[in-house]
Amino acid sequence: MSRWQTDPILTIEHLSMRFGGLVAVDDLGFSAGRGDITALIGPNGAGKTTVFNCITGFYKPTSGRIALAHEPSAFERLAAATESGRRIAAGGSLFLLERMPEYEIAQKARVARTFQNIRLFGGMTVLENLMVAQHNRLMVASGFTVGGIFGLSAYRAGNRAAIDKASYWLDRMGLLDRADDAAAELPYGAQRRLEIARAMCIDPILLCLDEPAAGLNPRETGELGDILRMIRDEHALSILLIEHDMQVVMDISDHIVVLDYGRKISDGTALAVRTDPKVIAAYLGVAEEEEAAVIAELEG
Amino acid sequence: MTAAAPATMPGQPRRAWLPYLAAAAGLVSGLLALWAFGVDALDRAFSAGGGSLDWVDGLAPIAALLGAVAALLAPALGFALMAAAALAGVVSSIFGGLAGQAALITLAVPSGVGAVFSLVGGAEERAARENRPLGHIPSALRDSAFAAIVALALFGPLVGLRTTAGTAENLTILYRWGQVAIFVGIVFAGRLLLHLFVWRTGQAKRVAGPRAPRVTRTIPFAGYISGALLLALGIALPIFMINFYPDNGRYVVEVGILVLTYVMLGWGLNIVVGLAGLLDLGYVAFYGIGAYSYALLAAHFGFTFWLCLPLAGILAAFWGMILGFPVLRLRGDYLAIVTLAFGEIIRIVLRNWQSLTGGPNGLLNIPRPSFFGLLEFKNGGEGSFADFFGLQYSPVQRVIFLYYLILGLALVTNIVTLRIRRLPIGRAWEALREDEIACRSLGINTTNTKLTAFAIGAMFGGFAGAFFATRQGSISPESFNFVESATILAIVVLGGLGSQTGVVIASIVMIGGVELLRQLSELKVLFGEDFDPAQFRLLIFGLVMVAIMLWRPRGLVSTRRPSVFLGKGKSVSGAFVKEGHG
Repeated sequence: MSRWQTDPILTIEHLSMRFGGLVAVDDLGFSAGRGDITALIGPNGAGKTTVFNCITGFYKPTSGRIALAHEPSAFERLAAATESGRRIAAGGSLFLLERMPEYEIAQKARVARTFQNIRLFGGMTVLENLMVAQHNRLMVASGFTVGGIFGLSAYRAGNRAAIDKASYWLDRMGLLDRADDAAAELPYGAQRRLEIARAMCIDPILLCLDEPAAGLNPRETGELGDILRMIRDEHALSILLIEHDMQVVMDISDHIVVLDYGRKISDGTALAVRTDPKVIAAYLGVAEEEEAAVIAELEG
Repeated sequence: MTAAAPATMPGQPRRAWLPYLAAAAGLVSGLLALWAFGVDALDRAFSAGGGSLDWVDGLAPIAALLGAVAALLAPALGFALMAAAALAGVVSSIFGGLAGQAALITLAVPSGVGAVFSLVGGAEERAARENRPLGHIPSALRDSAFAAIVALALFGPLVGLRTTAGTAENLTILYRWGQVAIFVGIVFAGRLLLHLFVWRTGQAKRVAGPRAPRVTRTIPFAGYISGALLLALGIALPIFMINFYPDNGRYVVEVGILVLTYVMLGWGLNIVVGLAGLLDLGYVAFYGIGAYSYALLAAHFGFTFWLCLPLAGILAAFWGMILGFPVLRLRGDYLAIVTLAFGEIIRIVLRNWQSLTGGPNGLLNIPRPSFFGLLEFKNGGEGSFADFFGLQYSPVQRVIFLYYLILGLALVTNIVTLRIRRLPIGRAWEALREDEIACRSLGINTTNTKLTAFAIGAMFGGFAGAFFATRQGSISPESFNFVESATILAIVVLGGLGSQTGVVIASIVMIGGVELLRQLSELKVLFGEDFDPAQFRLLIFGLVMVAIMLWRPRGLVSTRRPSVFLGKGKSVSGAFVKEGHG
């Protein structure tokens, strides 16, 4: 038994997302293991980013359940409730993401994400970007602005702590010397790292990265793998990753889920997926008459 | 038409020196043109006359010749006509006026055209002979002439024709071609000077478009100095003016109050537009709500100004949230349209709710402010300001008090805004302007954040409105029309979105400048006795806006000062900062 079966952090069941007549995600189900790096791969248009948007609340799925548990025991509660047929009361360490607005998913369920096309606050400095990410904690520290306006010491302490946290992440990402520069001024690779640092500043349980290696050169891609492993190992974090660079995926993933046309076609370790004929067929394509034979062979 | 000539007839003795000036200019330019190119051109034209002269080749010298001749003849003709005008003036002022105007036109137009033709033609001629492309100056002249033609088309109907009430109570058109010529001349000369001294090195025009963004740089010390200087100037102004210019000092202080009111409104709107990036075209509604709140609360419940001031702010903030709710989902143009409509709704309700607001007549007899609720500004007697401090009563005392009151209110707005910028809510506003989706991915509740921006911006508008009501003593809905919103927005945009100092400078220029324009009687010497500079303020308004948007497309102060530093503070170039999209 693998970790994503015995100790998942995220389980997705019967997830469907339709846009009018287009079925982007079709009855998808998979789990991501606690502390794993899970990669979501598939050809262009397979629905990977749609799944991400459903998990992080930017899309409301047409149907399905997306459950995130901070504590392993929460899933037992969920299973019991499902068995009993009653409506599940989310709470405690269990979060049903399909019911929550996106800002609560980040704030309460602590799911952080990055974007395929980098979305930084370009006109703000690198440090400010990381301070914005700590908004909710700082709002409490500033007494929801009232205390801050009168300069209460609680806010000054909170502000100091937030700067320290930001400095830590800038240091880890090698951006400390650019802290006071505008984010839009950074080179592309540094912007990618900054976006990850910003996501880490919300103290996530689950980090969702949408093509973090896109546009990076080979050296930067290598560094990205090290950064992701470092984050996972040192910060008790699970990572969900969409990536087209197979080198990165095969190197760092503990678990790979392959999508094609909104359906899951393969699920397993890097080795298992790499040798799966369905995956090879989806990526490399097979002649149409052979396809039926391949599928028949696989299913038969 | 009767012999009674209008008093404003051109060609009066007062302006008689103008044609002489034009004549002299034409003479000089004609001679210059001849000296520079024309001699060559003439030479060529005459020598080519015997040989094989095809007309394209001959065009340049002929143009040069004609131009030079026109440039020389025009002044002569002008002088003759002027003499005729002077003569005719004795006989009939009407004929005199007409002749004088004709003289002016005959002078200004042909001599200018002639000079241009001779310069261009001569240069083309010389370029053709030396087998090289046409140089910088002729193309500059051509471009300037084109600009002058555009200016003529624009100013011709706008300035040249003016309807006035005739003697028989009918509308007559007053022709002002002299002024048109002056405007066109200014455009031509300005364009030419720009070509010669600003747009150097042969490129006729600078290519418009984004320049390469400058790297962030250390915040100049001058930034802090200018703020301190403006503050010192603001504090010292009434003391200085009243002591040294007792005659018109009060007027200057009144203008100062007006400017400061707009500074405060600009700072309030800056929160919504500059920081949060939400384009609000109906900001004046909150100003109106603040004013009517104070007026109604004072009239019905007898509340004093000092009690109503916070209430007006709270009510305006409340209405800011009411506006905020329906527009939360809207962005960009749609947001702008809905806020515009909101501003108009408020104004129309104020105008039509006769029983409450007094309709178009507005509310009168609004209580004037007391000295912090302790002393009244009245002539002598117990509890009056003058009596308590043992001063001679003067109405200026209230004006000075109002000045410092609005200065204080504006400073409170500024200090609160600057503090909020360093607080998480302020950073969230700016982040919202930069990228709303990224904000939501970081756990920021964008609904609340937008509503807070609307509410706090509206609150300062409400404060300013209460001040406006107590200063005026009477208010009517027409004080809160769309033009006010547009003015405040223009101040924010011209000053530079998000910049506090920029708002101050823009207010001084836009509000103080227009007031100054009213006082510039010197301009009448140049443009005639009937010239009222204040009438041109919208034109100048527009010109200033176009100029600033051309040269400083991101406003006067375009750099953004970060809210937090790790090392040494640097300002962020405006090229990186987004304007927001609603």
